[in-house]
Amino acid sequence: MEKNDHIFAYSTLFSVLVALLILTGITVGASFIDMGKFNVWVALGIASVKASLVLMIFMHLKFEGRALILSFLSTVFFLAIMISFTFWDIAFR
Amino acid sequence: MSSHAIDPEKKVEPVKTGESMKTGESMKTDEAGKKMGMWLFLYTEIILFGGLFVLYAVYFSKYTQDFIEGGKELNRVFGVVNTVILLISSFAVAASITAVQKGQRKIALWAIGASLGCGTIFLVNKYFEWGHKIAIGIYPNSERLLDGPDGQNLFFGLYYVITGLHGLHIVIGMTFLAVAFGFVLAGKVTADRFAMLENAGLYWHLVDLIWIFVFPLFYLVI
Repeated sequence: MEKNDHIFAYSTLFSVLVALLILTGITVGASFIDMGKFNVWVALGIASVKASLVLMIFMHLKFEGRALILSFLSTVFFLAIMISFTFWDIAFR
Repeated sequence: MSSHAIDPEKKVEPVKTGESMKTGESMKTDEAGKKMGMWLFLYTEIILFGGLFVLYAVYFSKYTQDFIEGGKELNRVFGVVNTVILLISSFAVAASITAVQKGQRKIALWAIGASLGCGTIFLVNKYFEWGHKIAIGIYPNSERLLDGPDGQNLFFGLYYVITGLHGLHIVIGMTFLAVAFGFVLAGKVTADRFAMLENAGLYWHLVDLIWIFVFPLFYLVI
């Protein structure tokens, strides 16, 4: 595996922090609007965007090699199997 | 006796990694491999918390109204403040790695120190939050929860398990960061050898990542 020599500028990291704080504000704001079932999906959607920012920039995933990217995606894939198969069972009981 | 003597002709060659063979430096360690190990561990953490989130999702779909009532008991201010604190601490850790890469040791130490401070504030907040819940009779096996609706008992059960496990991760992450702080101070973490700090940072970011999902699920349910 090649060594990761990419250096993030302080300004890049800081703008990611600002974006994360703004998204936190949006998710709090959205929770005051009653959208019925969609509230959960909006909250989870914003949380996923925030998680992607942390993963890509703070955790450097954007500049990692194929082994890390693929193994991470398989983890997410197995998580998706765990969630969807559980609901597959729950929904048809 | 002579059978145990070491053959002076047989020299032990130091094992070289692929990278060191390329650069010819036999003392260099496998930084990428160390990071890979950390990520493999983080995958197990994702599945661990993932399982708890599945539990939450199933009971939420079954006892939606009770979960909404339970969520209203939680103080949003605590939730928002702790979210902001963890985001800032994650930024500080990421900045400390940039500082180490640039050889700015002082900034790196300040940044790691700041994230440790943030972690402490987080735990203090958690202490007051849990303390208040326990004072008003919301804790596992409390009479109020046992006599109340089933869904609320489940909601607060999950609340204590997930935020408790997350709090434990904060403590472990802070320990890890404190060791990294010592390594930077001692000059063991340098611009071309910083996997230890990077791994402490990765762990800390994962703790932040989990909180990003805990916060809306528990504090913002409508």
